[in-house]
Amino acid sequence: MSAVTTHHDDHAHDDTHAHELPYGQQLRANRLGLWLFLFSEVFLFVGLFAARFYLWRDASGVVRPELDQVAGLIATSVLLISSYFMVRAEVAVQHGEQKKMHNSLIMTFVMGSLFLLSVIFIEWGVLDLILDNMFGVTLFAHEAIKPGDGAFGAVFYGMTGMHALHVISGLVLILIILANGHKGAFTEERHWGVEACAVYWHYVDVVWIFFYPALYLIGTAVTYHT
Amino acid sequence: MKAILTFTRSRFARALVAGALGLIVAAILVAILNSAHTTWVTPGLEALGVQLPGQLLDLAFWAVAILILLAIVVTAFLSGFGMFHSRRMGRFWYYAAGTALVWGVLGQALTVAIVLFISYLTMGSDFRLTDGNVALAAIFSVIGFLLFSGVLTDWIQWIFGHKTELHHGAPEGEPEWMRYFSVDVNHKVIGIQYAVTSVLVLLVGGTLAIVFRLELSAPGMQLITENTYNTFFSAHGIIMIASILLGVGAMVNYLVPVMIGASDMAFPRLNAFSFWVSIPAALLIVSAMFVDTGFDTGWVGYPPLSTVGSLGIILFLLGFYFNGFASIASAINVLVTVGVMRAKGMALFRMPIFVWTAISASIIQFTATQTVGVALTMVVAQRALGLGFFDPTPVAAGVPVGQPLLYQQLFWFYSHPVVYVFVLPGLGVISELLPVFSRKPLFGYKWVALSSLGIALVGFLVWAHHMFVSGMDDSLRIPFMISTMFVGIPTGVKFFSWLGTLWGGKIIYPTPMLFVLGAISVFLIGGLTGPILATVPTDMHLHDSYWVVGHFHATMFGGFIFPFFAALYYWFPKITGRMYNERLGKLHFWLMVPGFWVMSLGQMRIGLMGMRRRIANYDPALGVEGTQILITIAALVIAWSVLIMLYNLVSSARSAELAPENPWESRSPEWVAPTPLPEFNFDRPIEVVGDPYDYGLADSKYIQTIPAAGD
Repeated sequence: MSAVTTHHDDHAHDDTHAHELPYGQQLRANRLGLWLFLFSEVFLFVGLFAARFYLWRDASGVVRPELDQVAGLIATSVLLISSYFMVRAEVAVQHGEQKKMHNSLIMTFVMGSLFLLSVIFIEWGVLDLILDNMFGVTLFAHEAIKPGDGAFGAVFYGMTGMHALHVISGLVLILIILANGHKGAFTEERHWGVEACAVYWHYVDVVWIFFYPALYLIGTAVTYHT
Repeated sequence: MKAILTFTRSRFARALVAGALGLIVAAILVAILNSAHTTWVTPGLEALGVQLPGQLLDLAFWAVAILILLAIVVTAFLSGFGMFHSRRMGRFWYYAAGTALVWGVLGQALTVAIVLFISYLTMGSDFRLTDGNVALAAIFSVIGFLLFSGVLTDWIQWIFGHKTELHHGAPEGEPEWMRYFSVDVNHKVIGIQYAVTSVLVLLVGGTLAIVFRLELSAPGMQLITENTYNTFFSAHGIIMIASILLGVGAMVNYLVPVMIGASDMAFPRLNAFSFWVSIPAALLIVSAMFVDTGFDTGWVGYPPLSTVGSLGIILFLLGFYFNGFASIASAINVLVTVGVMRAKGMALFRMPIFVWTAISASIIQFTATQTVGVALTMVVAQRALGLGFFDPTPVAAGVPVGQPLLYQQLFWFYSHPVVYVFVLPGLGVISELLPVFSRKPLFGYKWVALSSLGIALVGFLVWAHHMFVSGMDDSLRIPFMISTMFVGIPTGVKFFSWLGTLWGGKIIYPTPMLFVLGAISVFLIGGLTGPILATVPTDMHLHDSYWVVGHFHATMFGGFIFPFFAALYYWFPKITGRMYNERLGKLHFWLMVPGFWVMSLGQMRIGLMGMRRRIANYDPALGVEGTQILITIAALVIAWSVLIMLYNLVSSARSAELAPENPWESRSPEWVAPTPLPEFNFDRPIEVVGDPYDYGLADSKYIQTIPAAGD
């Protein structure tokens, strides 16, 4: 009789939880889903990339606007180095070192924010705009590119803007991981959240590795005045 | 967070929602009464010579109107608390106020109001609708819909570290049918939600078509203005595309998990999100018709017109954009489901053939959709932020300018492959049903499976054939002509497989089989007229003529509409447990197939005679009037036949006799499982032990139930 009851219980259990996949299977599904999503996003960035090479050309060939090279190089370095701390955070959670994960995530967050701020305030010229309006002075010798500057403005703001949106969402993900990590949501074996956040962050980095030369390096620099 | 959730589930919140819904309904009613009052009652009384002192009539009207308004709002509000539950009206308000649909629509309306109010505060007395505030209102309105409908609730709770369990069955304290109006995670419920929405949207698009078909039945303008005509044909295009995408979602969602022996999709919540995000998107597209001067760009939305035209175009662009969210999310879901959820023994080449077409369509959907998203975003960015992607105005010496052609490149990189998203699942239904009704194995299973992938991959290399006359580089014409011709090869594989399957079969002809054969005949018309358009010299002549309209409608009807109707009839007994009326089904078929042949061939004929597409008026000297009338009559016949189908399906679902468990004697997993399908599809896990289409082979077996341990 007990066997029948057990069997019945099992069956009921199956019915209510048949949808909750076993952790291993769910993890495989999550990984595949995330990578498919990232592959899908490739087409978004390739679309912008293609627009850049379609529009930024004249009779002589590929051109680019004159941008602030020092600011661009520093921002790029900061973003790339932030990926190191993200790796460190992921390794830490695999070894159960919560404190180290926490600190590494904060480092990543700070560096990601620095990148974002440098894009908005320096490359988009917002800082100079504010200073100019309030005190009548500008910090940077190089005048920032404006949204209305023809195809230069459109593609520059389109590409950096779409990338910045992804950086912002990455930063939000890091904050969520930090908060939940604090509550002990991630263990040595089960830390899909950290893994997903890390993969996404590296991905946003890799996109920039393609965007940076396309915006800053490739083609003949054009100086112009509007 | 918890407080908000408790509040939204309270009776008071329900009463508020019922009251708000009552307010909207009452406001619409009063607006209708008001127009009747000003156009008929007042002039009517004057014509009768009745003189009323001063504004008495107006005053009386508004007194009555406000009374009606108050009565409706108060009744609705009180019904939300459960009062008047014994009356039909009271139950209507009560249940309506509990649906995700009503919550979402109210959330969407509320968000639009908030964004426009903030914009009013910043603009002051200069307030008017601009590119900027319309775009912001549209974007936030979708978020408002999603938040209010509750699609995002689980994920928001996860962010705050709360674990949530998947809820199965009707919402707490609600009857079973409320599942279909709520955020439900079961793939079968979502599939039916998709199907019903798809048919409703199809009716909207079809009505628009009937109106402008009547307009075209004679030269000159009879029924509508040129501007309305432009809005109607543009809206017809995009609304039908939305309907088809929903229909594809319906078939894929309902069928793929059962067919591979899974209990549900891999990501049930994401699945619900995909469906629910397409509702506010569809609402944006429909509302685009009423904002400013509608939208008159055609469904392609080419700049420069789309960058300077009516504000409605922005709503269309963003509605299209958010529909893309649904496409991408559901395509990824399908791919992952097939990737990790297949039953034991369900090898890739043992899956039902429909699953292969679903995979191929998903591959296109989750990649190409992004590029049209880029194109649409660029147009909105140019209008709202001044980024001149498509603006050829010179700025300064040395600065390159925007190019309208860029839009066409990005747009067609999605919009050509997407027609294969529409037709591939349809062709999958044809391949799926033919063996069942011919009682023979599917001819060349592996080739058919791979031909779907082939169509999907070749589809990525042909987009510029839409641009032969748009001024693109001449040297690209020949390569794109050749690549386009290649599409014929995998499509031909499918045709010959269908012939091979029919050959020597013991064919029976119930309604679904008739629609499958009709689909093949119509798709053949569409297929054979394609290479003529792909050939550069003939395309020069036929581009933007009615020939294109005829070709396109033949591919869409043959590739999607006919197979979709076949699918509705075929799986109807599985979904409802009842049998549709066979006589009405056959009547539907025998009206619709000849009707469609006349319509499509007529369109091609007038195209050859010089009738241009997207034109409201035409020169009687073209000599196309007689054919135009024939096309209009054919369109009306098709419309009536679709209404007959709806009557048949609705009335049969309510009262027809119960269908046998497996009326078609199919071997497919969904027919072997019980009817109605259990919550998780199979009471016991299944196992694949043979090939799917071995009809007529003695002792062959496709699937069997794995016995429980200990049995």
